[in-house]
Amino acid sequence: MHHVLVNERLSPNVTRLVIDAQRIAEIRQPGQFVIVHLGPGAERIPLTIADGDREAGTISLVIQAIGKSTADLVEVPVGGTIADVAGPLGRPTELPDHGRVLCVGGGVGTAVILPIAQELKHRGVAVTSIIGGRSREWVILEPDLRACGEVITCTDDGSYGRPGFVTEALKDALAEGGIDEVFAVGPVPMMRAVANLTRPLGVKTTVSLNPIMVDGTGMCGGCRVTINGAIKYACVDGPEFDGHAVDFAELVDRLSTYRPFEQFALERRGACSTTAEDAAAVAAAVAAATTPAGAAR
Amino acid sequence: MTLSEHPIPLPAADAETVTPKPPLSKKERMQIQRVEMPEQDAILRAANFREVNLGLTEQLAMLEAERCLECPKPYCIDGCPVRVNIPNFIRHLRDGDMAGAAASLLDDNALPCVTGRVCPQETQCEKVCLRAKTGRSVGIGNLERFVADWALANHAGSGASMSQPDALGKTVAIVGSGPAGLTAAKELAKRGYDVTIFEAFHAAGGVLIYGIPEFRLPKDIVQAEVDRLVESGVKIQANAIIGKTYTLPELRAQFDGVFIAVGAGLPVFMNVPGENFKGVYSANEYLTRVNLMGAWNPVSDTPVLHGQRVVVVGGGNVAMDSVRTAKRLGAASATIVYRRGPEELPARAEEAHHAEQEGVIFEYLTAPIEVLGDENRWVTGIRCVRMALGEPDDSGRRRPEPIEGSEFEVPCDMVVVAIGTKSNPLLTATAPELEINKWGYIVTDENGMTSMPGVFAGGDIVRGAATVILAMGDGKRAAMAMHAYLTPPEPAELPTA
Ligand SMILES: Cc1cc2nc3c(=O)[nH]c(=O)nc-3n(C[C@H](O)[C@H](O)[C@H](O)COP(=O)(O)OP(=O)(O)OC[C@H]3O[C@@H](n4cnc5c(N)ncnc54)[C@H](O)[C@@H]3O)c2cc1C
Ligand SMILES: Cc1cc2nc3c(=O)[nH]c(=O)nc-3n(C[C@H](O)[C@H](O)[C@H](O)COP(=O)(O)OP(=O)(O)OC[C@H]3O[C@@H](n4cnc5c(N)ncnc54)[C@H](O)[C@@H]3O)c2cc1C
Ligand code: SF4
Ligand code: FES
Repeated sequence: MHHVLVNERLSPNVTRLVIDAQRIAEIRQPGQFVIVHLGPGAERIPLTIADGDREAGTISLVIQAIGKSTADLVEVPVGGTIADVAGPLGRPTELPDHGRVLCVGGGVGTAVILPIAQELKHRGVAVTSIIGGRSREWVILEPDLRACGEVITCTDDGSYGRPGFVTEALKDALAEGGIDEVFAVGPVPMMRAVANLTRPLGVKTTVSLNPIMVDGTGMCGGCRVTINGAIKYACVDGPEFDGHAVDFAELVDRLSTYRPFEQFALERRGACSTTAEDAAAVAAAVAAATTPAGAAR
Repeated sequence: MTLSEHPIPLPAADAETVTPKPPLSKKERMQIQRVEMPEQDAILRAANFREVNLGLTEQLAMLEAERCLECPKPYCIDGCPVRVNIPNFIRHLRDGDMAGAAASLLDDNALPCVTGRVCPQETQCEKVCLRAKTGRSVGIGNLERFVADWALANHAGSGASMSQPDALGKTVAIVGSGPAGLTAAKELAKRGYDVTIFEAFHAAGGVLIYGIPEFRLPKDIVQAEVDRLVESGVKIQANAIIGKTYTLPELRAQFDGVFIAVGAGLPVFMNVPGENFKGVYSANEYLTRVNLMGAWNPVSDTPVLHGQRVVVVGGGNVAMDSVRTAKRLGAASATIVYRRGPEELPARAEEAHHAEQEGVIFEYLTAPIEVLGDENRWVTGIRCVRMALGEPDDSGRRRPEPIEGSEFEVPCDMVVVAIGTKSNPLLTATAPELEINKWGYIVTDENGMTSMPGVFAGGDIVRGAATVILAMGDGKRAAMAMHAYLTPPEPAELPTA
């Protein structure tokens, strides 16, 4: 049982939770994640450990509420509890100890970039962070990243910082030269765009993949991704991989597996339905909508 | 045979109120025909997740017990991997002494409610039962289940009393809460050790919880066994992944003894084109979603695809559980694709039989060569090739070889791959001094001790995918060996030869 100690809204749909998790706080490293399970009936959801306090025995999670499970999670109030937090999982980020590094964060991916930027600064690496959001209110963790080095902020609508996508700012930064390595975490299309920019320049690029997971320990194979033509399990072999070797199209595709279910889950959440008839209706609707290829053709 | 057409006067249900009946002669016993296990109707059950086998009534169990010949040299005991004293518990049952039967059974077997449901009796005790030579064996598994369920319902325990947990002031860590880990925990707690189980998942039970479906092994039974352990003082630390949350060397330093029982959890895929299309699952993922995460229930937050035409690749228990689960989730057609013939099917006979009754189609001597998909990368079918059996391979089974030009397609919208598992390197990677073999399984001596002194291992992580009862046997043997290692008998007690 873990307690929520802080519940803070960072942007319209991104929330930071600080929870007690003594052991994980002690040993976690940048790039690692936990699997969180609210309680009976809930989903197991993978979330990056955005920050931690070894002395206080706490970790922080930065969560974008995009579906039922994440919406439930960010609603746990201070003093509320989360049944299960397992980790730290995944391989720690392989970090350089000198040179110049660009950290690119899109949306909630900014939270994954933060521990990487912190550790890089600690190692004496020059860090420039490029972060972005739709508009001013969607930009998160800027002060935390500023503590690690220069920050270039971008907004799609130009309401704050540089107008446009993070990839445009990245293009300019790369053009200036002198960049040894890039870390990029965000929506899959963003990571793919970053990899496409750095590939011709031969700049090493690490991305953090977010496939659908169940156990996080290598036992289900649901998180499989294709890297350089070979199957890898993101939970144990990753979640970070060489961005130039990732089959992004396959990742995007596999992430859409449960789309109809996700929709129903959200609608059900809105309606707060728990009766047997509702359950039967959901079952019928889900079955109809998920006769996978059948319904589509 | 039904009760009314029975030639022998039946034992009364309440044994205490009747005068002792004269024992039947051997001839009379031989006349009794095997009592069939009552089951849910095949059509009804293929649409629900309730248990298929309904269990014997007391009357039927006592009738079946009369069939045992009480052999002076009982072969059945030799056929049981943990040597349950079968004729002994059957005799108590026949006499109506349920408590005696329960005490006898529980003394030999820590999880009889489980083994009575999932053991492959037809290749173990029942195979060598004397009665199998001339007809049908005693229904040992059915009787075991009856006695075990009686014990659970009546809170009856084994005769061996639990000593105070931690009475010895020694601590043991057990990694993994499957049948091997649970059995070792029980045996060590009984002997006065302070036992902590570390489990990676949020719930204890291993394959019994996340793999074997509700319709074969109800989860409240497994939970009751876990609860009993916790009541007896065993601590369970869930969400603790050894190799991540703690390392094996850390556990070794903090505990007097360690028992590793992490199972063989890594899925094996077919390595054919199209395997990453949407709609292709490993059996581990499919069954974990449905069982552990409760996705069979539409109000669970964890989704699972409801395939309409499902193909399951493989022929073991895991394949049968997957295909029968798919049926229950509404599949109009559910097909097993297996590369050898019906004779070689590794699944328990009962499971394959039940699957057939429920309308599962079996494509024998067939191997998949490609998963087919549409433009959106949803599965649309599986391309297969027919096989012929050639020369025997290392396992002694005839090796299947593809027949050229025999390719054909089975249309489907979901594929479950159930062709085996391998060892997970997560734990062993953090303990370089732990000796493993070339497949990654942990090497042990005949007592279950690994190359690290005081660290024992058992179950699937030593044997490769095996059975519940073998895992339990390993758990018990390692517990005894660990007890001897940690608490050697006082010198005075040693024979003075
Ligand atoms: C290693 C890793 C680290 C992650 N770190 C963070 C993080 O720090 N902050 C954050 O907000 N999100 C993170 N995610 C993504 C987060 O796990 C998913 O957004 C969440 O599980 C969605 O659940 P839902 O029910 O709210 O949404 P759903 O309605 O179920 O799904 C919404 C979207 O999330 C994807 N998704 C669904 N289930 C999962 C799952 N079990 N695992 C991954 N993706 C899924 C779906 O493809 C869909 O696109 C991470 C994912 C991984 C694999
Ligand atoms: C679907 C299915 C059906 C089966 N049907 C039958 C049957 O009918 N009859 C039969 O006899 N056998 C059957 N088997 C086989 C049987 O279940 C296994 O042989 C048996 O469960 C092995 O027991 P175990 O204790 O070694 O491991 P498991 O039961 O696999 O348990 C291992 C436990 O360790 C945990 N773990 C793994 N890694 C770690 C780690 N690093 N740290 C902490 N914990 C960890 C796992 O989460 C799991 O809970 C079946 C198996 C499956 C998958
Ligand atoms: S071998 Fe069969 S008949 Fe003989 S004791 Fe065992 S169960 Fe009874
Ligand atoms: S999440 Fe199951 S193997 Fe990675």
